[in-house]
Amino acid sequence: MDLLEIRQVTKVFGGLTALNEVSFHVKSGNIHGLIGPNGAGKSTMFKNISGFSTPTSGDIFFNGHSIKGRKPSEIAHLGVARTFQETTLFQELTVLENALVGAHKRAKTNIFSAIFNLDRHIQQECMEKTLSMLDFMGLAERKNQLASELPLGSQRALAITIALASEPVVLLMDEPFAGMNPEETRHMMGLTEKVRQSGVTIVLVEHDMKAVMGICDYLTVLNFGSLLAEGTPDAIRHDAKVIRAYLGNTEAM
Amino acid sequence: MPKKYTNCAGLAGLLAALVIVPHFLKYHHQDFLIFLTINVLVVSSYRLVTLTGEWSLIHAVMMGVGAYASTLLTKSAGLSFWISLPLAGCVAGAVAAILCFPLFRMTQFYFLIGSFAAGEAIRLCWIHFIQPFGGTGGISGIPFPELGNIDFLEPVPYFYLVLVIVTLCLVLLYRIEKSRIGLTLRAVHWKAPLAESVGVDTWKYRSLAFIIGSAFVGIAGSLKVHYLGTVTPNQYGIGFMVFILIWVIVGGYATFYGAIIGVVVLSILDESFRGFEELRPAIYGLILIASILFLPSGLESVPERIRGWVSNRAAARNGPGIQG
Repeated sequence: MDLLEIRQVTKVFGGLTALNEVSFHVKSGNIHGLIGPNGAGKSTMFKNISGFSTPTSGDIFFNGHSIKGRKPSEIAHLGVARTFQETTLFQELTVLENALVGAHKRAKTNIFSAIFNLDRHIQQECMEKTLSMLDFMGLAERKNQLASELPLGSQRALAITIALASEPVVLLMDEPFAGMNPEETRHMMGLTEKVRQSGVTIVLVEHDMKAVMGICDYLTVLNFGSLLAEGTPDAIRHDAKVIRAYLGNTEAM
Repeated sequence: MPKKYTNCAGLAGLLAALVIVPHFLKYHHQDFLIFLTINVLVVSSYRLVTLTGEWSLIHAVMMGVGAYASTLLTKSAGLSFWISLPLAGCVAGAVAAILCFPLFRMTQFYFLIGSFAAGEAIRLCWIHFIQPFGGTGGISGIPFPELGNIDFLEPVPYFYLVLVIVTLCLVLLYRIEKSRIGLTLRAVHWKAPLAESVGVDTWKYRSLAFIIGSAFVGIAGSLKVHYLGTVTPNQYGIGFMVFILIWVIVGGYATFYGAIIGVVVLSILDESFRGFEELRPAIYGLILIASILFLPSGLESVPERIRGWVSNRAAARNGPGIQG
């Protein structure tokens, strides 16, 4: 069974159809790329999967259960985490605090435990896990810095750490390589691969074709809100429809 | 950690001073000290609400809810003060819990206005439902606490009572703020969607902060009303709410103690101008404007500023010496 199944999802904003009956599947353990020209509906699709927006029609299944119309926090509890475009972090908190917030699912507490320190061992365990996660992402020595003080590459790594701290089954990454120089991109590709190795299925939206082709096992291409093509990076690279969508109609030139 | 110990020692010293000080004060200064201590709890509980980034205009009314609850529980239901005090907190918390459903459908300015409207609605209930709330005149003849043969009509014993309860509440509020719950509340403030994406139900946490904050201010209301002996709707109106806002803003809201510094410093300043009754509002206004102009991050930032100033001075003095 596929881990994530998008079935005939349509999203209409006013008169604009941002997504038009899009269906695709994400296999467990894959790095799945969602690509397409600007305005193709990739980010809208992400919002629908993560619960920040609800499809007008169609359905989304995670592990065989519909997650359509659930709140983002509920979807996170089921095991779907996401990162955001740009560097969406808790800018005024330290790196460690950022990552600790990510561990909410495991470490959330009630008011009495908070006051009387009743769940000490859970918090302790959560702290240890978070520290090893920061180590894993190469952020250990920056743990007491404010998130806003980090360089771009580390901010992105922290964004992923927050999402990973929620122990997701699927991680949705929204433009993880945007605005990065080639070296930072290479580093981030390495991190992404490392995350997959740790057993997390990844779906990413990205514009950097070189990175996408290099890292993804499978690609879904959207254009004007509709599914244009899907297949392995090699197949997509040579797909005439995809080339036309990206470069315009070559015959007309 | 040595810093922890010096802090603890400082707090113990402060508490000891507060135990001794009232004996050297005149009667009306003892009164002042009681209300000031209660107001410390008011601003500290408000701080918990603002941790999520939502500033409400209903906190003063919530204090009133506690005050009325405690009044009715002792005077009409005949319960003892010692039971009414925690129950007043529970009632304020319960009213807040009901209000969460309409109020937290809104955020930011809409929440501010919504909370004000909800507060006025509660106040109008006190005015219009003469039975049991007593209308504009409120209720008087509220019983004082009783415990053995301690005379709580006297300010000093009542001050000790207030001091114990407020200290206890502050410890609880501090523990909540420093716990994982406090961290989550700050996360909700800084980036609600990101918090949602890792499983934080932001609605639940905003509500939680509002309910707990209201419960503690309800206790403050109970403490106030059993000393004053009367409760009226106007004591807990927008006028008092503005004072709460001013104390918190002037004191600063980055730290737990900022708001406490605000209420203590401003109240003492206000009290010390008692001799110039006509000028008091003007002086108070000038202090406010000056502090917002020159100390935008609040009184809590003063020690930091002085430290920076001193080290700059030292650097300026040593600088030429090193070069020369």
